[in-house]
Amino acid sequence: MPNRILIPAALRRFTSDQNAVEVEAGTVDEALKALVTRFKPLEAHLFQDGKLRSFVNVFVNDEDIRHLQKGATVLKAADTISIVPSIAGGS
Amino acid sequence: MLRLPEVHRKAIAAHGERAYPQEACGALLGTAAGDDKRVLATLEAANRFGNVEEFQERTGESQANRYVIPPEAVARIEREARQRGLDVVGFYHSHPDHPARPSRYDQDHAWPWLSYVIVAVAQGRAAGMASFVLSDDRSVFAPEPLE
Repeated sequence: MPNRILIPAALRRFTSDQNAVEVEAGTVDEALKALVTRFKPLEAHLFQDGKLRSFVNVFVNDEDIRHLQKGATVLKAADTISIVPSIAGGS
Repeated sequence: MLRLPEVHRKAIAAHGERAYPQEACGALLGTAAGDDKRVLATLEAANRFGNVEEFQERTGESQANRYVIPPEAVARIEREARQRGLDVVGFYHSHPDHPARPSRYDQDHAWPWLSYVIVAVAQGRAAGMASFVLSDDRSVFAPEPLE
């Protein structure tokens, strides 16, 4: 059964305006790789030097993956992945 | 184009002045048709720089020159927007004793499409406001017409 990745509004222009994308994956890392392989321009916004950017947060259902096994977190059937931004900046 | 009525400019300026010499931050709620965004409400957020795992104080970095709105707060802001039938169309922050133009740090942490309004606060008084949008390839953080 595929997993759904919820796409934040700021990134929907890269997913043909879809607010959710379905992928077949065993782990969070695999799911995100599948997503950016399908929608290549997303990659630069989510990853830097192959690692998730510091202001990109990933939740499985309502749990931050930093409190699980990070990218190695195993996905169960119908788990939903959310990409939630931190907003940061400064002078 | 960001349509930002006077009442909301005043609210952003007042928040920047109140937070001085720290950076203020908050969200812009409104409606959007493509890249044409209209602000109908602002929501103040707490600057949590230094209090979240990925954004700790380092030499030269503190709430005087950095801000962060963590994901839980962003999720709350998005819920609030949905309840009002609005979208999150951007965010604002202040630059204490610094011009209203984005830093490299702003660009490195920006999301595309969203409007980033910056208010300069000089010696505690608001002194200019501008809005910026990140290009889709992240190469340019360009000024956006503000009306």
